[in-house]
Amino acid sequence: MKKIICAAILMIGFILNSTAQTTKKTVAKAPVSPSIVNGKLVYTKYCMVCHQIDGGGVMGLNPPLSKTEYVLGDQKRLINIVLKGFNTEIEIDGDTYANPMPGLGHLTDQQVADVLSFVRNSFGNKASVITPAQVKVVRASK
Amino acid sequence: MRKNTIIPIFIACLLFIGTLFSFMNKYANEITPFKADADNAGLKLPDGFGANKIADNLGRARHIITTKDGSIYIKLMRLVNGKGILFLQDNDKDGKYETQLAFGDYLGTGITIKKGYLYASSDKEIFRYKLDDAEKVIDPLKPEKIITGLIAGKQHQTKSIVLDNDDNVYVNIGSPSNSCQEMDRGLESKGRAGCPILDSAGGIWQFKADKLNQTYVDGVKYATGLRNVMGLDWNTQNNTLYVMQHGRDNLSSSWPKLYTDKQSAELPAEVMYMLKKGDNAGWPYTYYDPFLNKKILAPEYGGDGKKEGSKEFIDPIVAFPAHMAPNGLLFYTGNMFPERYKNGAFVAFHGSWNRAPEKQAGYFVVFVPFKDGKPAGKWEVFADGFSGVNEVIVPKEAQHRPCGLAQGSDGSLFVTDDVKGAVYRIGYTKK
Repeated sequence: MKKIICAAILMIGFILNSTAQTTKKTVAKAPVSPSIVNGKLVYTKYCMVCHQIDGGGVMGLNPPLSKTEYVLGDQKRLINIVLKGFNTEIEIDGDTYANPMPGLGHLTDQQVADVLSFVRNSFGNKASVITPAQVKVVRASK
Repeated sequence: MRKNTIIPIFIACLLFIGTLFSFMNKYANEITPFKADADNAGLKLPDGFGANKIADNLGRARHIITTKDGSIYIKLMRLVNGKGILFLQDNDKDGKYETQLAFGDYLGTGITIKKGYLYASSDKEIFRYKLDDAEKVIDPLKPEKIITGLIAGKQHQTKSIVLDNDDNVYVNIGSPSNSCQEMDRGLESKGRAGCPILDSAGGIWQFKADKLNQTYVDGVKYATGLRNVMGLDWNTQNNTLYVMQHGRDNLSSSWPKLYTDKQSAELPAEVMYMLKKGDNAGWPYTYYDPFLNKKILAPEYGGDGKKEGSKEFIDPIVAFPAHMAPNGLLFYTGNMFPERYKNGAFVAFHGSWNRAPEKQAGYFVVFVPFKDGKPAGKWEVFADGFSGVNEVIVPKEAQHRPCGLAQGSDGSLFVTDDVKGAVYRIGYTKK
């Protein structure tokens, strides 16, 4: 009987421990999702020159990407900004930004999803990833 | 007997008070003698020069102009308490200026004084205000609108202004485009045929200084093919207009097969032009390569980074490193600085953003020696350290960015900053 209890405790302990380890692993693994890693490459090539290395943008010209509703809010609008470009004067924290952004419709659904997942999880942002399927739907709905 | 002494004493007192008042008054009508801050306001300057931060936290301070008694007007790019022009004086002569008046309910960049009027610009209009003998605005609420209906796009929308000595005002109308592409800044997007933007922007327009409500039909397209000009000045030595162009961006992001990111960071040159009526500086068809020392055909119009641009376009007279954003130009006519500075050009470089992932450049004021209206030596950094950091990797790291330039009646140089709104005064202190 004692043995059984001991075994049971050991097993419970083992299960709990492995669960904990799994959780830990997941936490550590999240920032290196392949989509986000690839997204950084897309960002460096197509976005960084205007939005800058730190996503901070340029005063009066190119808007910052950190903690703004344009990045963290409506995902359809965000996907459309990348696909079709953006030519509207906007205000973020009292500053206006009006430099037109070209559409990047030549990027694949996967690339758009990657770069947006990267941006939504960089520069102090923490938000869900964007999937290629979402991009496909928005692209088709024009 | 007693009466006889009182009268002379009374007269003596009157004379004394009178002299005192006239002395104070005389003093009040002169610019505060220059005195540098202990740390030169954080600036690095050539030997013998000092700097004094005369005001701070004014807002987005753009162009600046001084009066003959040392007061200053500053145009703001964003309204502060609903006002876009500041008038500052240093009444207590402690070297720090205080805002005396805020007026003008429009934001903008350009401001200048000529023949008894203050001229100021919004992004679509130019106004002028009559000045009194002390160059104070007589009625801040009732400016005359002299030019209206100018194109102001979502980029390069600011209007810098300067006057010649014949009652003409010159206004830059920046192109609302990087390189006149079908899709602005787009990937491999071609240039629009005949670039229709040039009909109403991308150049310098000349208007009359004293005629109300002028529009495009009243103006003259004085020079074209200029992407965007912010720094401009009338050189009184040879009665000629000089401008600094903001060169094009995005060579590698638009044309990755033709340009590397490093090339894109270093091309094209920011250039100074001497403009004659009818000149064409070549935007968007060409840009200036400071390494090849040639005008190069833009990729939007068939260029490959090597093909030369058309000879019909004028050449620049000075080429600076790329993307440094020249926001202010001033020909120095004062007597305070050493002789070599006389008639030379100061240029305020706001600092780059289009060099990422390379580190940024500019964020300083340079000097170019001139002789008879032509550059007489290589350009040199004159005032540095505005950014407050050793290197600027991203523009928002810069604590201050130089923008406007003005010359004080004593020959000191005023520089505005449009991040926080500091105003620097640079003087020569070596005896």
